[in-house]
Amino acid sequence: MKLKRAAYPYIVWMMVFILMPLLLIVYFAFTSGDSQSFLDFTFSLNNFKRFFTPTYLKVLTRSVNLALLSTIISLIVGYPLAYIISKEKSKRQNIMILMLVIPMWMNFLLRTYAWLTLLGRNGFINNILAKIGVSPLNLMYNNKAILLGMVYNFLPFMVLPIYSVLTKIEKNLIEAAEDLGANSITIFRKVIFPLSLPGVITGITMVFIPAVSTFVISDLLGGGKYSLIGNVIEQQFRVTGDWHFGSALSIVLMIFILITMAFTSKIDKEKEGGGGGLW
Amino acid sequence: MMKNKKMIILLVITILSLTVLTACGEKKPTLNVYNWGDYIDKEVLKEFEEEFDVKVRYEDFGTNEDLYVKVKQGGSSYDVIFPSDYMIERMIKEDLLVKLDKYNIPNMDKIDDRFINLDYDPANEYSAPYMWGTVGIIYNKTMVDPLTKWADLWDEKYKDEIIMLKSQRDTLAVALKKLGYSMNTRDMGELEEAKAELIKQKPLVYSYLGDEIKGEIVGENAGVGVVWSGDAVTMIRQNPNLEYVIPEEGTNLWFDAMVIPKSAENKELAEKFINFMLRPEISAKNADYIGYSTPISAARELLPEDIKNSLVAYPTDDMIKNVEIFKDPTDIIAEYDRIWTDIMSEE
Repeated sequence: MKLKRAAYPYIVWMMVFILMPLLLIVYFAFTSGDSQSFLDFTFSLNNFKRFFTPTYLKVLTRSVNLALLSTIISLIVGYPLAYIISKEKSKRQNIMILMLVIPMWMNFLLRTYAWLTLLGRNGFINNILAKIGVSPLNLMYNNKAILLGMVYNFLPFMVLPIYSVLTKIEKNLIEAAEDLGANSITIFRKVIFPLSLPGVITGITMVFIPAVSTFVISDLLGGGKYSLIGNVIEQQFRVTGDWHFGSALSIVLMIFILITMAFTSKIDKEKEGGGGGLW
Repeated sequence: MMKNKKMIILLVITILSLTVLTACGEKKPTLNVYNWGDYIDKEVLKEFEEEFDVKVRYEDFGTNEDLYVKVKQGGSSYDVIFPSDYMIERMIKEDLLVKLDKYNIPNMDKIDDRFINLDYDPANEYSAPYMWGTVGIIYNKTMVDPLTKWADLWDEKYKDEIIMLKSQRDTLAVALKKLGYSMNTRDMGELEEAKAELIKQKPLVYSYLGDEIKGEIVGENAGVGVVWSGDAVTMIRQNPNLEYVIPEEGTNLWFDAMVIPKSAENKELAEKFINFMLRPEISAKNADYIGYSTPISAARELLPEDIKNSLVAYPTDDMIKNVEIFKDPTDIIAEYDRIWTDIMSEE
């Protein structure tokens, strides 16, 4: 194995900040004991046994469902948006992409907090409704608010990869399809959409992963009423102090994400679309 | 040539950063204080710095458990920390604290008798009380009917008005007290009953929040909340429509105290700081600013009339006759976690 010298710093970085923490999590997950004395830990599968009880399985199911739903909505909203942007003149394209990205320059927490003032009982939306004589709606602290927060925060991660793939599709291919007599619906169905799949797959992974592991959005917009798996993990480290169980939960979540990624990259390969995704 | 230049630049940077670091080291002695968020009048810190010609590095935490993890894992050395009753009990048990030298803290005498030698530190060797208070219900007179007991939080007519605490322990305590059990119970049957109560209550609850409760209630987004008495004082100041009650079934009486962890680097200065904080005029200044209740009668006398005579901050003995102090829950914490997750995974 020959490595260029320039690669060494990255290797060291990966060892210290990626490999070591991962090994530590695995170590914690398969042991139990007083969380502070490393040497006194004993091997144990109890953490996983505890996870496979209805309480925690229910939480995982809910997280996955919400994440899937938000991914689907992001796709339904994001694909046409990416398509529309990619059809614009390049100058307008840049402006539109900029507009999509500018909110991301602001802190994620702040952006989510902003929804509190919009959705609250005395918030902006309800104030306007009151002016036109509609009784206030309960917009905050429910699953819909969590979903909204997820879609709002992660939508750009869906739009950007799809957009970048769409702009790279060869015009010749579309013209060829037109010459062969395909109408615009057929062109989209048979040429554009299949070629944009790598971007779609990347978009799906990039929305699904943060959505399934979030704990901030469910906390702020769900009002702490609905725990997601991210909340339960956070709880282990910050409230209960059970790092072993927290690590086990993290591993379950990681395996789950790995499976989804393997699954999506398989579709990706079958569709033989070349490059263009973000990885 | 290029290489030389680079070397020189590197050297200069190293030397510069070294001098910056040593400059820090040569400065005045530093005291590291770790306290709850929004829980001190920063002016007081400045006064301490000036009087003793030292520097105070002040950081804050959100929960006792955050504090515990930081102290136990090491890596950061704080000289004075402010845990609550049950956490002090746990820290003493785990040998994380040093005994206070009372000779260096003469102001200990100023503390009212009923606030020393409490169960969590029976001989008062480790801690000096900072603030105390109760947990109760705050409600908005213009939005909802008055509440008097915990059981009222299960009343249908308050649907979507109730904000509960996002805290396993405090919220379970509410249900346990409603049922007439001790909030320090180890009886699984009683805990399961409390869980069932909280699941039953969940459809009525607007949200479970931490410090955000204050903003939501003051801003009239919800009419009823479970809060700590000190927060109630501040909230009522901001919104006079609010009213605080100590529920009939009894409640939690809590104390936050100043202690010195074993890892402290400057114990002497830490003791000076504790002594300073116990001065009546300083304690009064803090109590006035944060709204919480001082354990020093002489300090209470210095407070403005409205707080001094406030039944929220200083309830009569009769109002708090059936209160309980939290005990260290370490042995049952996994059960709390399971129960809480059960409640939170209910639709």
